[in-house]
Amino acid sequence: MRGVARTRAFRGPRWAAAGAMAAVLVLAACGGGGAGVGAKALTASWGDPQNPLEPSNTNEVQGGKVLDMIFRGLKRYNPRTAKAENMLAERIETTDSQHFTITVKNGWRFSNGEPVTARSFVDAWNYGASLRNNQKNAYFFGYIEGYDKVHPESGRQSADTLSGLKVTGPRTFTVTLGQKFSTFPDTLGYAAFVPLPRTFFTHHAAWLDTPVGNGPYTIESYTRGAQMTLRKWDGYPGPDKARNDGVTLVVYTDSNTAYTDVLGGNLDLVDDIPAGQLKNVRTDLAGRYINSPAGILQTIAFPFYDPKWNTGGARKVRTGLSMAINRKQITETIFRRTRTPATDWTSPVLGTDGGFKPDLCGHACDYDPAGARKLVQEGGGLPGGQVRITYNADTGSHKQWVDAVCNSINNVLGNDRACVGNPVGTFADFRNQISGHRMTGPFRAGWQMDYPLIQNFLQPLYYTNASSNDGKWSNQRFDHLVDQANAETDRPRAIRLFQQAEGVVRDNMAAIPLWYQNGSAGYSDRLHDVTLNPFSVPVYDEIRVG
Amino acid sequence: MGRYVARRLLQMIPVFFGATMLIFLMVNVMGDPIAGLCGERACDTATAAQLRREFGLDKPLWQQYATYMGNVFTGDFGTAFNGQPVTQLMASAFPVTIRLTIVAILFEIVVGITLGVLTGLRRGRPVDTSVLVLTLVVISVPTFVTGLLLQLLFGVKWGWIRPSVSPAAAFGELIVPGLVLASVSLAYVTRLTRTSIAENRRADYVRTAVAKGVPRRRVVVRHLLRNSLIPVVTFIGTDIGALMGGAIVTERIFNIHGVGYQLYQGILRQNTQTVVGFVTVLVLVFLVANLLVDLLYAVLDPRIRYA
Repeated sequence: MRGVARTRAFRGPRWAAAGAMAAVLVLAACGGGGAGVGAKALTASWGDPQNPLEPSNTNEVQGGKVLDMIFRGLKRYNPRTAKAENMLAERIETTDSQHFTITVKNGWRFSNGEPVTARSFVDAWNYGASLRNNQKNAYFFGYIEGYDKVHPESGRQSADTLSGLKVTGPRTFTVTLGQKFSTFPDTLGYAAFVPLPRTFFTHHAAWLDTPVGNGPYTIESYTRGAQMTLRKWDGYPGPDKARNDGVTLVVYTDSNTAYTDVLGGNLDLVDDIPAGQLKNVRTDLAGRYINSPAGILQTIAFPFYDPKWNTGGARKVRTGLSMAINRKQITETIFRRTRTPATDWTSPVLGTDGGFKPDLCGHACDYDPAGARKLVQEGGGLPGGQVRITYNADTGSHKQWVDAVCNSINNVLGNDRACVGNPVGTFADFRNQISGHRMTGPFRAGWQMDYPLIQNFLQPLYYTNASSNDGKWSNQRFDHLVDQANAETDRPRAIRLFQQAEGVVRDNMAAIPLWYQNGSAGYSDRLHDVTLNPFSVPVYDEIRVG
Repeated sequence: MGRYVARRLLQMIPVFFGATMLIFLMVNVMGDPIAGLCGERACDTATAAQLRREFGLDKPLWQQYATYMGNVFTGDFGTAFNGQPVTQLMASAFPVTIRLTIVAILFEIVVGITLGVLTGLRRGRPVDTSVLVLTLVVISVPTFVTGLLLQLLFGVKWGWIRPSVSPAAAFGELIVPGLVLASVSLAYVTRLTRTSIAENRRADYVRTAVAKGVPRRRVVVRHLLRNSLIPVVTFIGTDIGALMGGAIVTERIFNIHGVGYQLYQGILRQNTQTVVGFVTVLVLVFLVANLLVDLLYAVLDPRIRYA
């Protein structure tokens, strides 16, 4: 206190304050320096991964980004076409869509020098499937025979390894599935299926501190919750070598700050343009703004476990509600064209060869007020007289569009109270109510594809008792068509069967498709060749600096 | 004095237990945190059950609380969902927030008290009026507006500072965020000091001192200011806790990875261990700051005695 009391500032009143301010700014200017990266390296925004960075434990985009930089699997999804292409796989052979023989290419290594062998895969998959390891993506191995022993629904596991996996040579192994699954090889581009080096098992904690993989980048340093510095790995044997020297991923809590940092020249790449900035982004970043389709579909799901919603009449009401939503207007005004009105239940990134069918939904997804009113009336009106759309209010600006959707429905039905939003505080609580089957009305559902296959947009969501069938919808015909499609070895025929199954989803309006979500990114003028892959993640290895 | 401190320290124990229990209950009311861990799809039942067991979430609440408190006394604050011990999160977050708080408090003390003395001595003059208007503006504009505005002007338009703070968060980088964080309290400190000074200026002891021929500077600093500081010290003391806990907005704007950031993440991911751990430490900071304020009274006004 004495030090304070001795201040002499009141002698020169105005200058004191001004002087203090000037000192502040000078000091502050000193604090800001370069980000400390090489000339051909870039900085990019990142979010703190929710889980430890194990491949089979990472189920969100932020951790997935890193895995995509430091790992390569048997297949890789082409960043432009989303097609699954062989990467480490030399051959994946099958005659019956149930028994597969996989040959790994020669000459691949982990960045610590260890060769990638068949065992690197089998050990990694066994680790991922084992209940003991608490891996959140364990269900990806659920198709492989013996999964129920390694990962039982309840009780202790009775085996440590999957009986469906066998190493048959240094570079070959066989996979036996529990059922026919023709597109199984195409799922192998997913991060959970990457190979792991021995150190992962022998020095687990150290590996988690600085993960070691076989991709184009190696991790130089990692400060949890703050930043990760990746360097180009010169010994990388793959065809997709990094075209820059490295990437520093900086954790941002708020995408607004990351965006401001790009404008201020403090950051090179932001891959999530905040909604509030969308109206300025084109002028702010003149040509350095990307807005490209990603494999994400937003829908409104229904609680079919609630008898009110599971009647013949309710089917008409659901279709009526779908027709009462003015998708075009909402995507243009609220999302500024970063969403595209949905016309089917998949995503444009699949391409028409991959199963995307632009007008599969047809009239049921068109805005038709008169038709909507008619259908809702025929169906016996709204169950309970009102729909409450439940959503989580903590992230993703869901409130805005739920209110807009309700507004649209209310206008069409001429009733201010026909539809209201029902916010839930946190995502965890929202998920909690969903998995506890406590929904009494429609609820927000978002689906980000795991792999670019039509199967992934249908089976996990609408197959009876499937892992993400949160509304408990069940339809025999749909299940039958999906089973047929999975058993079909001819790809075009399989896709046609999946589309027929999708037709069943449409006829019953099992979920209302709203819009396809785009990935958005902005970058500084130092960067060239910036693109987003179908998972809305930047293709870091292709970026050129300077 | 010693007895007073001892009594105050003993009083902290029930406050500490009460506060942590409340936080524990509140976080638990929010529901099952495991439900949000697997993204848009539900965790498979076996994994969810095992995670629940691992984090002790399958036990009754009172038992969870008892275990938690037991562990806290051995220095174990549990594990966050990303596998990091909470103590490790604290070790990275608290130094940053403490630095930010120090910058903010310094602003409050230096700028706030200076302006308060100036205006208190010149009531009704243009300096006084303009500072009053200025503080009113600062108080009425929300912190996030001030923060975003300064960030945009200094960081983007003029390029004087980096718009965000680097992970190291050195003192130099924290000056603008510190100013933003301090701004509202700073305005209150100015106004409090001003009123207090203006009131005491007409006090007998000041007149006596002036009549004795004590130099003006000494009158102001030793007599006037010292007696006027009690309400200001109370305010600043309680503000320490408020600033540390309330830095969420400022830390978000400037991307500072401090306590606010960890608390925000913890609440969003419903991570009981993180939230309860951080709040527990904040409660302690608050209690200690209050105790220090009370002890400072005696320094400022020797008539105050602690029995």
